This record gives sequence, structure tokens and C-alpha cells, in this order.
Amino acid sequence: MIELRVNGVLHQVEAGPETPLLYVLRNDLRMNGAKFGCGMGQCGACTVIVQGKPVFSCVTPLSSIGAREVVTIEGLGTLAHPSPLQASFIAHQAAQCGYCISGMIMRAQALLAANPHPDEATIREHMEPNLCRCGTHMRILAAIRVVAAGEHA
Amino acid sequence: MKRRTVLLAASGVLCAVAFAIMWRPSLRETTGTPIPADAATIARGARVVAQGDCIVCHTAREGTSYAGGYGLKTPFGTIYSTNITPDAATGIGRWSVDAFRRALRHGVSRDGHFLYPAFPYVHYTRMADADIDDAYAFLMSRRPVDAPPRKNELPLLFRLRPSLAFWNLLFLKSGAVPAGRGVVERGRYLAEGAGHCASCHTPLDFIGGEEHGKPYDGATVDGWDAPPLNRLDSATRPWTQGQLVDYLSTGVASEHGAAAGPMRPVVDNLSKLPRADVEAIASYVLSLQKPRGVRNDTPVNPSMPAGYAEGASLFAGGCAGCHEPSAPMMAMEGRPSLDMATSIHADTPRNAIQTIVNGIGLPDEPGVSVYMPSFDDALSNRDIANLLVYLRVRFGKKEPWRATNKIIEEVGKDGSAPP
Repeated sequence: MIELRVNGVLHQVEAGPETPLLYVLRNDLRMNGAKFGCGMGQCGACTVIVQGKPVFSCVTPLSSIGAREVVTIEGLGTLAHPSPLQASFIAHQAAQCGYCISGMIMRAQALLAANPHPDEATIREHMEPNLCRCGTHMRILAAIRVVAAGEHA
Repeated sequence: MKRRTVLLAASGVLCAVAFAIMWRPSLRETTGTPIPADAATIARGARVVAQGDCIVCHTAREGTSYAGGYGLKTPFGTIYSTNITPDAATGIGRWSVDAFRRALRHGVSRDGHFLYPAFPYVHYTRMADADIDDAYAFLMSRRPVDAPPRKNELPLLFRLRPSLAFWNLLFLKSGAVPAGRGVVERGRYLAEGAGHCASCHTPLDFIGGEEHGKPYDGATVDGWDAPPLNRLDSATRPWTQGQLVDYLSTGVASEHGAAAGPMRPVVDNLSKLPRADVEAIASYVLSLQKPRGVRNDTPVNPSMPAGYAEGASLFAGGCAGCHEPSAPMMAMEGRPSLDMATSIHADTPRNAIQTIVNGIGLPDEPGVSVYMPSFDDALSNRDIANLLVYLRVRFGKKEPWRATNKIIEEVGKDGSAPP
């Protein structure tokens, strides 16, 4: 049994210490927001926040999490009450197929939590590791920009 | 009375000598309108400038090529490179070819001030006039960029540029050293001159000069180990000409690994050179090998040292997807198994740590797609230490490195993972 704190809740997880965090989230905790994309830390679909930092959960072994707090997209908001960033993604219709979006939102959320008003260059540099094969980057950036400017979506 | 005359005369002579050593004239400014060169000259110049890696230091991160502003972190402080586009006000637009030659041969700027030896004029001085002139023509054909120089971050003592004259007396042997005959000699000309390989691969002494008697013994630069170039044939898997040419021209050697850290932009540049140039450099580097000493790489089989089991877990969850010999990635583009990786067999874990902490960024241009994500935010310092034990023992078949924690802290101190 390994203890894992996700979205403020402490879980006892029955998984080997080598299991990637993504597998624990999806298979053991049934949180399917984070997606398996490449499995190699190249696409960002699996991005979650660990102690304030965006990490590729597909290449983050469970044993490395320790007491650090994990936040997934399930921890941001609900369908009825989306977080400001989620609301902005919806308003901008930033998703096409949607596979990358949870990772996009979590990476952006990590930035906005540390720096609520990043400039355009900072946003672009920060979002660079996450890929969208549909090509909705312009809408994704627009959605983030609105929240970074402190406006409501 | 007589003694006073002698003293006066002596101090006069001393002053004259000091003046002669430390003073350089300003050279006449040109009109700032470069004389256009023909296409063939510019093409030759482009090759020389690539041989010299000028773009690597003279381009800031995300900045315009050759416009300067890149910060070189030296043990003395940060020195910012200058704008070498032909902008009249902030670049070298008003430099004559004579001023350009003097800068490369003697380390003196057009207006007569001494340049810091972070600019490798101790090597460029060996270049032939024709090559220097071609490089000038190429740079003068670039688009002028208005980019004023950034102020260096140096303590007062090192801001006194005339004192560099004395540094030059110790380290600068100015003058061209033309290439002799043959491939190795051509390689010597390229490596010792424009290529300035020794600037990183030779240890520096306490005033930043290359240590005499230790050429190519290896050094630490920008937090990375620049490996010794004179022990390549006593590596666990000795380097061959073919492997070295592959490494220098593509950034990947199938029996050693990928170029990373400060070497990455160097191979990006070398990849633009004609293959003959890279083959010559490789031939010369392989001619530098010291006689093999007693080889101390008998495989050891340490019984599970501390950290090994934790490291095995971390490897399985974080690394195996790409690095396990059975992983699909291992079949692509000549990636070597970690048991061949130079960084795993190295004397220190520094480059392995750098690679884990910072990853290997995507190349600027399409080509070889070597990439590795950064694990800085995922792994703690203790995780990295355990992982190193596992990597070293499983793949290196060597005893774990010592003093890894100190280097992890050094490398990761800007990072964010908890210690």
C-alpha cells in the first residue's frame, strides 16, 4: 500500500512503486481526465500538477510522488461549476477531439497559479511541451490569455 | 642627484613599456556601408563561420542570429557576447577588414579596447587570412540588427581591460598556423583554429587560460563535463572514425549516445559543414590519443548497493518506456543502449545528472529527433541519486559514483523538485 494525496484526498493505493502515476490515476483511482498519449513524456496529454509543477504523469513513477500533492483536472471544477480556466476553454471552444485538453488545462493552470498574469511570451514558452494534433493551439492560447488578463470568459 | 636621474629614467622606461603593452590604437571607421562581396566568397565565409561556431555564442536565446547578447557564464562573472551583424551603430558595420583581422588575431576591438578571452582569439589567431576575410565578407552580408551590447556582470577588478594585455602575454601566440598536408593536418587546422575545441575540452587555470601540458584532458563547462578528447580509444567501447564522424555531423553515435548540453549547438553547426571538414576534424581528434594506460573497466558485479532497488523502480516507471533494451524507441535512429552510453561510463555522473534534470530539448531544425523530457519536477534529488546507482551498476557494470549528491545539488539548484 502506498499513500497518495490527489485533489486533497488521501488514497491508499495498491500498486507497485514503479507504476507510472498516470496508470494509478486512471486504473486505480478511476480518474480518467489525464490521458495516455505517447507514454514517453513527449506530448503532454497526461500532464497533471504535482506540488505546483506540471509533470508528465506517464513517466512519473508512483514512488517519486511521496507526500507531494497531486492535482488533476477532476480537482479544478465540475460540469456545473467549472473553474475559470475550464470555463474559458469552453467559451473559446478550444477542444476539437479533446484528447490533449486536460493536459493543456493542467499545464496552463500550473502557470496561472504561480504567475496569475503571465505575458504572451511566457504563456507560449510554458505551453510549448504540450501538443495538439488537431491544431487548436490558437484557441487554447486565447482561452489562457483571457484568464491571464483577469477577464471573465 | 645621479640616483634620482636613474630612477626617473627607469620609471620612464617602465611607463613606456607598460604603455606599449597595454595601449592599442583605434582603427579608422568605415562609412558603414559594406562593400558587397560575390556569392562564392560569401559561401566560403558561411563555411568558415560554421567551422568557428560563431553563431552559438553570438546569438541570444530566442534572439536574432549573430546579434549577440548570449551570456557566457565564466568563473569570473557573466560576459555577454556582442552584435556581429553589420549594424553601423551597435554591430561591426563600421569595422574594416583590418579591424576584424586584428580582433580575431589579437583580441582587440576596433576602437582599441581589449576583448575578453571568452572570445577564443587564442584559437582564431591561427586561421589563415583568406579564411578570416571570407568570414568577414559573410558576416557583412547579414542583415544589420540594432542590438546594443548588454553590460557584462563582472567584478570591478576584471573590468580593467588593459590588464588583459598581460593575460595575452601569457596565453596568446598570435599568427596564422597554416594547415600542412593531409587529412589529419587539415583537421588540426580546423580544430585548433576556427573550431577552438580546446576552449572547452582543455582544463582552464585560475586565470582562465588553457593549462599548459594538459591539452584535451577534459574540463567542466557550463555545468557539463566536456570529456577528454585524448582518451577516446581507451573508452569501454573505443571510438572509431566512423562513430566520431556520425557524432559530429548528426549528433548521435550509435555506440556512444547523443550530443547534449553545450555540445548540441556545436554539432548542429558541424552538420552544416561539408563532410570532408568533419572527417578531417575526427581524424585529428583520433590522432590525439594518449597511450592506453591500465584499463580499469573490468566489469564489477556489486551486490545490490544502497539505492539500487529504489532506482530500479524509478527506472521501470520513468525510463524503461524508452530506454529498456526491448522498448520500441530503441529500434529507432541508432539509439544506443544505455550500456554503451558515454555518460554512464564517465568518471563523474555530471552529464547523466544534467540529462535527467534538464532533458534534451527538441532540435531547432528537423533532422535527428533525439529528445528527452526533463525530470526536474518529477524526481527529487534522492530519487535521482538512487536512479544513478541503478544506471551505473546495471548498465555501466561499475561501482556507483561517489559524491553524486553534491553534483545533483549543483546542477539542480535552479530546479524545483524537493531535495
